[in-house]
Amino acid sequence: MRWTHWVNFPVLLIMIWSGLFIYWANDAYGISIFGFSLFKFFPKWFYDYFHISRRLAEGMAFHFLFMWVFFINGLLYIGYTILSGAWRELLPKRGSFKEAWQVLLHDLHIRTTLPPQKKYNAAQRIAYTAIILMGFGSVFTGLAIYKPVQFYWICWLCGGYHVARILHFAFTIGYVLFFVIHVLQVVLAGWNNFRSVVSGFEVVETAIETEQEIAVENSQTNNSDGKQI
Amino acid sequence: MENKSKESSKIPPTVDQKIKRRNFISFGVFFAASTGAIAGWEWLLKSPKEKFGITGGTRVPLRRALNKTELFFRNFFSNNHLVKTYPAEMAAKQVRINSLIGIEEDLHFDPQKWKLSVLIKNGESLNINLEEIKSLPKTEIIYDFKCVEGWDQIQHWGGVKLSDFLNHFKLDEEIKKQYMGLQTPNGKYYIGLEMQSALHPQTLLAYEMNGKPLANEHGAPLRLIIPVKYGIKNLKRIGTMSFSNSRPKDYWAEHGYDYYSGL
Repeated sequence: MRWTHWVNFPVLLIMIWSGLFIYWANDAYGISIFGFSLFKFFPKWFYDYFHISRRLAEGMAFHFLFMWVFFINGLLYIGYTILSGAWRELLPKRGSFKEAWQVLLHDLHIRTTLPPQKKYNAAQRIAYTAIILMGFGSVFTGLAIYKPVQFYWICWLCGGYHVARILHFAFTIGYVLFFVIHVLQVVLAGWNNFRSVVSGFEVVETAIETEQEIAVENSQTNNSDGKQI
Repeated sequence: MENKSKESSKIPPTVDQKIKRRNFISFGVFFAASTGAIAGWEWLLKSPKEKFGITGGTRVPLRRALNKTELFFRNFFSNNHLVKTYPAEMAAKQVRINSLIGIEEDLHFDPQKWKLSVLIKNGESLNINLEEIKSLPKTEIIYDFKCVEGWDQIQHWGGVKLSDFLNHFKLDEEIKKQYMGLQTPNGKYYIGLEMQSALHPQTLLAYEMNGKPLANEHGAPLRLIIPVKYGIKNLKRIGTMSFSNSRPKDYWAEHGYDYYSGL
């Protein structure tokens, strides 16, 4: 599970990078009112800075290679999560949405107490489940755009070619936003937490500072993952 | 924790030592894997350019991936999978002209003298004029034309089904070949199709757009309309048609694009 997390990071980066090459060829999205463009995704300086222009063929070649890695890695993650029972820690429960609101208030320093939590708090449960659903959504809408005739039914389920393309784009924006918050939270959670995401265990210091204990938190949940924020 | 009992005969390592050891191993593996990933990426970016041939313009591993991916997705191809069609009112009046490669150089092109030349066995060729083609059953299609760049437009085309055309001229032997190649009269634009897609029931040799004869910039007098492919395969102004068991040359496949480019 840790492994798929770390594989996913560069792969998603490559998918977004090559996806931008493709998007550049017809950069249609933005918000305009009465023909006046208020806001357009990606101004010229952005394309220039990342050398995105005129690389459509290259973008497609990378996108259609790494889509396989993204897909297989996602399958491994979901498969492992189901088989190990780790999904119990991840799926939102009844009351998670209410609790997540309390977590949010706490994180924004509006509320001082935190609802009781196990490995993941309610907000994490929702966020991490959502990101998996988004990953599925990216593959699904991606297929709808990639083979709209052979997979006409996927295209239809996505609401047609245009809607599929917009959703595919929106999921990507979602990943970027997720990434920003995710990294911020990891920084706030501190080194010990980050270390656990790499090593798979967490050090819990007991009241007497000289006495440390390894809490291999597998004991409870049978999974080898660290506590993530 | 399990280690504790096994190692009890020796001096048991302190908890601190265990933490250090596990961290050392974990981070060691983590950095080794990261380094490997970066090295792999560098290798891919600097991997050899493919030798220019039927395909070109990209790197060897990327081309290999495109070709393998083609083989995988060709399993899903079926003549029963049809592109969605629309009522005629939804067709664009201003049909987008994205490229004139292969026809713009022909300033003195004379549609009256045009004939489609079909290269058949033993170097023979059939030369077919537009009247003969127009006398075949006409098929019309209003569908969403898709460009590899990402834009699309609902367009209205009329012509003869390519499969009807091939059957009418008794090109049975040619149909058994794996590929069809098409070129503009001046040979500046050319495409290759697997026979499967060429024989798809929605693939047309079109001579009409929005109910009127094709304008020059849309590929007069006869062009290919193939909804199961991106626009790059929809060759304007067909000059010659050929058949082969190896991939015919293809303009955009030489420029780093996927040869298949199927939808």
